[in-house]
Amino acid sequence: MNLDWEFIMESLPLYGDAMWLTVKLALIAIVLSLVLGLVFSLVLFYKVKGLRSIILAYIELSRNTPLLVQLFFLYYGLPKVGIHMSEFQCAVAGMTFLGGSYMTEAFRSGIEAVGRTQLESGLSIGLSRVQLARYVILPQALAISIPSLGANAIFLLKETSIVGAIALMDLMNVAKDLIGMHYKTAESLLLLVLAYLILVLPLSLLLTWVERKVRHAEFGN
Amino acid sequence: MPNSGIEVLFEGSNFERLLGGLLVTIEISFVSIVIGTVLGVLMGLLRTVNSRPLRLVLRLYLEAFRIIPILVWLYVVHFSFSPMLHIDISGGATAILVFSLWGAAEIGDIVRGALESMPKHQVESGHALGLSRGQLYRYILIPQAVRRMLPGSINLATRIVKTTSLVVLIGVIEVVKIGQQIIELGVIKAPNASFWVYGFIFILYFIVCYPLSRLSRRFERKWQN
Amino acid sequence: MAKLAEEGNADMTKTGELLLKVQGVHKTFGDRQVLKGIDLQVERGEVIVILGPSGCGKSTLLRCLNGLEPVQGGHILYRGQDLAGGDVNWRELRQHIGMVFQNYELFPHMTVLENILLGPLKVQRRERAEAQQQAQELLGRVGLADRAGDYPRQLSGGQKQRIAIVRALCMNPDIILFDEVTASLDPEMVREVLDVILGLAKQGMTMIIVTHEMGFAKSVGDRIVFMDQGTVCEVAPPEQFFTSPATERAQHFLNIFEYNKL
Repeated sequence: MNLDWEFIMESLPLYGDAMWLTVKLALIAIVLSLVLGLVFSLVLFYKVKGLRSIILAYIELSRNTPLLVQLFFLYYGLPKVGIHMSEFQCAVAGMTFLGGSYMTEAFRSGIEAVGRTQLESGLSIGLSRVQLARYVILPQALAISIPSLGANAIFLLKETSIVGAIALMDLMNVAKDLIGMHYKTAESLLLLVLAYLILVLPLSLLLTWVERKVRHAEFGN
Repeated sequence: MPNSGIEVLFEGSNFERLLGGLLVTIEISFVSIVIGTVLGVLMGLLRTVNSRPLRLVLRLYLEAFRIIPILVWLYVVHFSFSPMLHIDISGGATAILVFSLWGAAEIGDIVRGALESMPKHQVESGHALGLSRGQLYRYILIPQAVRRMLPGSINLATRIVKTTSLVVLIGVIEVVKIGQQIIELGVIKAPNASFWVYGFIFILYFIVCYPLSRLSRRFERKWQN
Repeated sequence: MAKLAEEGNADMTKTGELLLKVQGVHKTFGDRQVLKGIDLQVERGEVIVILGPSGCGKSTLLRCLNGLEPVQGGHILYRGQDLAGGDVNWRELRQHIGMVFQNYELFPHMTVLENILLGPLKVQRRERAEAQQQAQELLGRVGLADRAGDYPRQLSGGQKQRIAIVRALCMNPDIILFDEVTASLDPEMVREVLDVILGLAKQGMTMIIVTHEMGFAKSVGDRIVFMDQGTVCEVAPPEQFFTSPATERAQHFLNIFEYNKL
């Protein structure tokens, strides 16, 4: 296969911009999802009445519908009821809607992995519910959750590939445009795959390393 | 909330058309899951074979799907393979090809995990009871393997169904595409159609995926120990 | 550990003050009655040992006394205050009623010293220097002065349980509840934990101990409370209980242990 290297060099800045967009979007969505997940998992832990069932319903809705449909609803549907957002805001909202439930589940399973007897032990020295969360549950739960939080972060990063569907100039749309305009299919697709490889592979390797590390350093009691 | 507009869902044959579109989505998922399962079981067996190069190749194959988003693979097949190989491959076939290969990789990993975690003493205690080889598989190994694999496999099925929503982006006429057509046609008569149509598709996906994820969780709880 | 036994503590000896009074306590899990009207009195400085077959409700009783299980009837009077009602400040009370668990339940992500100081610093809001000094002193008494910086995973089961006792002690409680604290230990580690508790008894610490160690029960207890099927069958001084139990059920229970020794 003969690749047009000149074309590749010329296209690099376009891919660079798109990668930056992807990184920016993923970072914001990941941070917001983490915040949402932490808050929601604590609400579930404290069994806050009313809020609890709302969050459980949200988790089911978010986990059992595709991001693309979520985005279309936000981008095309919501303006009809007076809620207008830019493409980028829509993408952030959609990805946070998706990621929040995944992060909630990750935190929740970490919290559940801290045994009931640990809670009783904390209670027996007079800790309040808030102190119990801060000193006993969260430090242990976070350590347990790290691998699944990391996996969710990578999942969200990959899901950014869908935001091109609401007209953001992401990697997918850059590749598609280049194919449409210049018919440089092989080059465009190669750069597309490489771009995702550069974004995801290091994180994936890091996660594998962390998983191994965590498995070895599990708290023995 | 617009009190006008929801009628768009029931106008003419719109409702049937949307359900028909959903059926396309489900067909693509179903065929991919069947092919993926067959290939995946094979791949899972191969991954336990004691050959380093073979295991490495199969591992890389799995990682390719875990690292590069599925939509990228859809684009790669859709844009490159057909003109390059002078094969005219439809969007639906592209989707089934990509999802089957992806499913095979993931099912292969589930099968491998189940096989590797099968404790040796189960075989030994089966032998100790005087079970024949066939009986050993029939009563001990296969039931345990299925318990280990079923929750993950159903979960994967849910993921594949959700991911089929992407095939609209490579030109397959499925539920989202039909939704777009309905919205475009009704742009004057039903200006709020996109709210209702996309909301409806959202619910349709939920109706399909929710039972699957409930089922997966039930099996997971039931067979946890 | 031997040191602990020698040091008397003047203000912790028996004064006849009624510390805890349990009256007709009922506890149910669903429709299963676990405690069917328990009566029990504990004076300051007394050591009560609760014996009984598994499932008799003795651990549940301890957990009720520390507010880990709500009760469905009766009264638990701690220095006159009823703990069985709904409106109890357990945070405050648990500082006076300490508890040691079967599986130690040290916090795995904290060092030994951090485990011990969590309550004194965060709950009681004491000065770090003062609390730390007490912690070090207590660690010395249980023979673990050099383990303050270790993590629980670096300790043996017996060591962890001794730390758990120090953690309870460092809150300066009026009474400590021991819930089968040697049940998870390897046999060779049981003694070091029991010695610490014996030392506390000699020092006048008020304790309620649930255990299966008969020899220990005999030597540490001021009174033996024998429970079966959710009721208190018999309360007696150890000598009397072990030589001539009054109830048939207690005889039967002791016979099983005799048989085990064969």
